[in-house]
Amino acid sequence: MFHSRRLKIGGMRELYAVMAFVERQFNLCKRYLGWEIVFLFYTVINTLTIAFIAVGMQKQGHAINPDYVFYLVIGALMWGFLGIIFHEISNSITWERWEGTIEQTFMAPIQRLTHLGGVCSFAVLYGLLRTIIVLVAITCFFGMGLPKANYAGAFLILGAASLSFVGLGLMAAILPLLSPEKGSQATHIMEGVLLLVSGIYYPVTALPEWLQGFAVISPATYALDGVRKALLEGATVSELLPTAAILVLMSLVFIPLGLGIFHLAETYAKRAGLLKRNG
Amino acid sequence: MFAIECHEVSKSFSDGFWWSKNRKVLKAVDKVSFQVAKGEVFGLLGTNGSGKSTLIRMLSTLLLPDSGTIRIMGLNIAEHPMAVREQINRVSVEAAFFKKLSAWENLSYSARLYGIHPGRNRERIAEILKRLGLPENKLDESIEDMSRGMQQKVAIARALIAVPPVLLLDEPTTGLDPVSKREVRSFIKEVRQDHATSILLTTHDMQEAEDLCDRIAVMSDGRLVQVGTLDTLRNLVLKPAEDKNTLGLEEIFFRLTGKSIYEEGMSHVS
Repeated sequence: MFHSRRLKIGGMRELYAVMAFVERQFNLCKRYLGWEIVFLFYTVINTLTIAFIAVGMQKQGHAINPDYVFYLVIGALMWGFLGIIFHEISNSITWERWEGTIEQTFMAPIQRLTHLGGVCSFAVLYGLLRTIIVLVAITCFFGMGLPKANYAGAFLILGAASLSFVGLGLMAAILPLLSPEKGSQATHIMEGVLLLVSGIYYPVTALPEWLQGFAVISPATYALDGVRKALLEGATVSELLPTAAILVLMSLVFIPLGLGIFHLAETYAKRAGLLKRNG
Repeated sequence: MFAIECHEVSKSFSDGFWWSKNRKVLKAVDKVSFQVAKGEVFGLLGTNGSGKSTLIRMLSTLLLPDSGTIRIMGLNIAEHPMAVREQINRVSVEAAFFKKLSAWENLSYSARLYGIHPGRNRERIAEILKRLGLPENKLDESIEDMSRGMQQKVAIARALIAVPPVLLLDEPTTGLDPVSKREVRSFIKEVRQDHATSILLTTHDMQEAEDLCDRIAVMSDGRLVQVGTLDTLRNLVLKPAEDKNTLGLEEIFFRLTGKSIYEEGMSHVS
């Protein structure tokens, strides 16, 4: 009666599944287009507001570095990008619980790496797309001129930072897996701590000393530092390599660690009966 | 080789930490053993909370049993979960979808997860839905705009896209109108006949169980009370001088378990 043309298990099939997650998420974005526009508008306004803090200080006669506007804008854009990656990955489980599809996804014949790879691919693409839109809007508004900027260097750092944030997102994603009620709340606390300690809008040295230790283990600290050096000071790729190396090293630790912890959490969830819909 | 083989399968849940004095342990499934032959429709009857869904979730690799062995098409689920997932699909009582997406978008997503190119199989998917009584133009309608019955039909279509050898149907017709129920039943028969699909079916609809199942297992408080054909079960509870033909499955269930099939049960707590 019906005949299926299934691909055999292997790389191509896993790629199909990665595409399934990316396509699904972009389809959801289309369906929630109204909210997407609202969030995007809010992000643009938020970035502008942050930039105006520096403009306001200049107008009030404070002696500040002329690049301070860009310093803040880069912080806002980078946090927007990294925050999306972290948020999308860490909340992917919550989202599936809420929709009730978690059981369907976890009983599908795909590797967990493929599942999470699909979620992460979407997060990076979506984050990049949104950041570009915000960047274009901000450029139109301020006519941002970055004469020294080394864009290739900035992209190098952005790529390395994305990987390490994927690792952090994977670690955070276990929280909703273990606790359907409180897991999602805990991921927001994690996100908040990263925002506080990573020097998004101020140098890390502005933090109390005891907090500065946390900045050392946050990939956002190095990402911000690297992108600012690339865009504001025109640091060359070779000058940025040590920062990129730290980020790659972090991702080499965070991604396998995230996958490992996720595997343990999934096994626990399957023992405790936590892989089910919620709400 | 059996399509499904459960041997002494048990599963308990607890509501507190192991050191807690007030910790309660709920034995949801207690040493359950049965086999489902290839191409057989095997009914699992029980009250709500009797352990049917827990058992189905274990068969679906979503829950790990505390003890016992489960094999699907000869594959041990603890050792080969990925290979088992290739062999099964499931329709649960609640049709779970991304509600904002259309039926087609949901089915396309699911098809990709099973290694099927959705574009090349649209006609086939539309054909399945048509057989279930859902016209093709509904494919592009958002799931949230569909009735519960329509959603359930899309869920059945989703389970059948990959033509799995084993189908787990957890109350697939609950909440459907009589016409839809009939359409789904007839489709289940068709699938079984054409693909020799082995089906494990849980239902509260006694007529459905009588109509579809080759054998029926009666579950109560997490335990399997009896397994057999309708005739075997009937003979077990038949009273002297009672007319066999007047004994329906609902009454058989009551006599075997001491409970009405519609009553809220709960597996034993310790």
